[in-house]
Amino acid sequence: MPADTTEKTPVFDVADEQSIARGKEKLDAHTAEIIAWHFHPSTGSPFWLEYAKTLSFDPLQEVKCFDDLKKFPAFEDEWLRGGPVTRWIPKGFAGQPAYVFETGGTTGTPKSRVNLRDFRTDYEEFSETLPEEYFPKGANWLMLGPSGPRRLRLSIEHLAQHRGGICFCIDLDPRWVIKLIQKGWMEHLEAYKDHCIDQAITVLESGHDIRCMFTTPKLLESLAIALEKKGTTIREAGITGIFSGGTEFTPQWTRFAVEELLDGAFMTPTYGNTLMGLAASRPVVPEDGYTIAYYSPQPRAVIEVVDFDDTNSVVPYGGTGRVKLTTLTKETFVPGFLERDEGERELPYAKYPWDGISGVRPFSKLATATTVGVY
Amino acid sequence: MHLTAFRFGKPYESLERNKLVHFMTGEPVAEVSQVGGAIVNRDLRKAGNARKAILKIDPEEIVERLQTAGNLYALGTVDVGGVKQSPDDFARQQSATTGLPENLCLANMKKNLFVLSNMDRMLDALSRGLPPEVFWRGYGTEHRDVVVSYQAQSPVLGLVLPSNSPGVHTLWLPVVALGIGLLLKPGGQEPWTPYRMAAAMIEAGIPEEAIGLYPGATDVGAAILASCGRSMIFGSAKTVEQYRGNPAVQVHGPGFSKFLLGDDCVDNWADYIDIMADSIAANSGRGCINCSAIYASRHTHEIADALAEKLGVEEVRAPDDPEATLAAFTVPGAAKAIWEQIDGLLDKPGVRHATAPYGSRFVEGERCGWLRPTIVECDSPDPEIARAEYMFPFCNVVKCPQEKMLDRIGPTLVATAISNDPHFQRELIDASHIDRLNIGPLPTIKLDWLQPHEGNIIDFLYRSRALQMTETSAVVSTATAVPAQSGT
Repeated sequence: MPADTTEKTPVFDVADEQSIARGKEKLDAHTAEIIAWHFHPSTGSPFWLEYAKTLSFDPLQEVKCFDDLKKFPAFEDEWLRGGPVTRWIPKGFAGQPAYVFETGGTTGTPKSRVNLRDFRTDYEEFSETLPEEYFPKGANWLMLGPSGPRRLRLSIEHLAQHRGGICFCIDLDPRWVIKLIQKGWMEHLEAYKDHCIDQAITVLESGHDIRCMFTTPKLLESLAIALEKKGTTIREAGITGIFSGGTEFTPQWTRFAVEELLDGAFMTPTYGNTLMGLAASRPVVPEDGYTIAYYSPQPRAVIEVVDFDDTNSVVPYGGTGRVKLTTLTKETFVPGFLERDEGERELPYAKYPWDGISGVRPFSKLATATTVGVY
Repeated sequence: MHLTAFRFGKPYESLERNKLVHFMTGEPVAEVSQVGGAIVNRDLRKAGNARKAILKIDPEEIVERLQTAGNLYALGTVDVGGVKQSPDDFARQQSATTGLPENLCLANMKKNLFVLSNMDRMLDALSRGLPPEVFWRGYGTEHRDVVVSYQAQSPVLGLVLPSNSPGVHTLWLPVVALGIGLLLKPGGQEPWTPYRMAAAMIEAGIPEEAIGLYPGATDVGAAILASCGRSMIFGSAKTVEQYRGNPAVQVHGPGFSKFLLGDDCVDNWADYIDIMADSIAANSGRGCINCSAIYASRHTHEIADALAEKLGVEEVRAPDDPEATLAAFTVPGAAKAIWEQIDGLLDKPGVRHATAPYGSRFVEGERCGWLRPTIVECDSPDPEIARAEYMFPFCNVVKCPQEKMLDRIGPTLVATAISNDPHFQRELIDASHIDRLNIGPLPTIKLDWLQPHEGNIIDFLYRSRALQMTETSAVVSTATAVPAQSGT
């Protein structure tokens, strides 16, 4: 459902040109700093230092701004599979405790990203976007999402702790969910979903004073309907704020949730993954047709909506393109990673004066091979 | 035209809409609101209201209203998507998005009209003469003065309807007359029949709370199948396999319907060519009741050639041409892919393409494709293509000794057997892999609606069970006769 922002007058605060220019300056300076770190022999990671030898240019000399990153060949996600994962850790961070987070992995070796403190930084920054009214400091959280070797699992717990609360979790193996769908074992899928929702309701009914929650759209609707069958609602169960994520967030689903599932609880959609961190959304309101537009946490990560064939060119505002992600933290450098998602390019928002993306959905050319589980 | 979802009496405009376009010109025909599975799950919590609303009306009155609905549907002008729609409008719109010629769309309307017009006879036949009140009260006394009880297994029947076969709708038309509501997921390309039928039923006085229309993606179908106490799905052999053994789901897949020529009659094969051809090609060969294989112990070469001569010449015509017989495949690339698959099976040993002399079978359009009738001769049931069925007039003529036929034909929805041999007839009657059996020269496509189709729908929707009441027991009111929705 392409959003045509070019023909309609935006109902949100579009960023002014000065803010956009300042954002770009900051991004260029940050890019140069990150390149200097990752490609300097004393601080760079074994992977990038080795890779630099194969390049026809010297990143330290020739990458001075964000646009210069186009000089890098396309990043291949296959590089993220397998070990040793320490090849990704910059020498400047050698010896520090590291986490490894995995993505996918239903079959074969999953892709992974090493983290030291990035996930904490990302979620602390995201925490600043959460309205206190619905996500009160000190409130306890329920993490109704995937467990296991997921960045999300630990990040939500850190978010809760960062805001002074405690996070309660459930067991949920998303790889098993995908297998159930692929095998067509729909009864088992329903039973597994019920098993997850039962765990969540048990936590909510156990006097833990939980007021905030992370969940996915599918689990949120299952939880809301399960609570309704018990004669109560998400709001009555104590939840005031929900932070949710997934490519299944559509304007229609959001409207349905707001009108029929949430009973007044506040929900903020996000778009995120193991590589990027977390993109917050501008306010999702009926006047904007419940458009869900995400803005990456620049300058730490940049989302571009690029032409399907010419991936170095962004599409016009309102146009449809593939998601191209660049990660620029001192822990991780990933230039121009082509995501398995597509969407429409959105105008910069006053609070986030850089390009956004709306209508995020699985990349249509890959969609038939993509199984959406709990995300 | 915008077809909104209809949540048991409440129209619902979704922010997401599927744009339907004409399969040849690409011109917009309609927009259809798309909802998600969660809306279905949420509304199903109140599904009991659908049955309650029907039970407030006398069962005979419901049948009369359905007969009125049939006339409105087939002959009247009804309000669909905020637009007055005549039968000709309907045929044009259905043809535009499904690729079926308009004359076939009109013919399918007549089938639906026939079922609704004969609803009283049909219910009488399927219930073996039970008073209709039995389904309203949950019990009653049958004509032998024996108490019987029929317990509804779901307040609504969920239906995941197909896009490519408008002929299937006759299957769900008796449901409301049995006191059960309807939750319909229309096919993505064929919302027309469910929407027009629902509009006609409501105009005729069927309670709007008894009908739900939930167009959407596959998650809507999944929600229906997971949450309705009883549901029907129309799909591929894979879908059939997936739900096999699930008592709550009735699956309608490929029919693999056949003609079986007995040894005593096969020498007179020429007498049956017309009904064989009709069975293959009616409704553009899209139905599960279309014949996809003819088994005979001899003369298969001549039979294949005669059918090829009769059907192979059929040409693609414009959808509004009254002589058009072939439906288009509206999904780009589909017809080509199917033909390539068939082509790969035609050069196998023992296989002969009898329609080859009549020109290319695959006809490519700008936005769609067609497949012309295809007749294949197989010298045994062994070649892979002998077991194939496709959504266009396609038939194998298979050489097989009579004594091996029943072992080799596989599952068969409709078998027409031409034989006067009492021994063979006995074997046919006992063959449990044949669903509908015609003995004698009847086309496979000719259905007697007074007989069950793939199981008796009453046995699917109701459970016959024991109910004993003493004389002092209170009468069960219809208000308490609503079954709980599964999962509640």
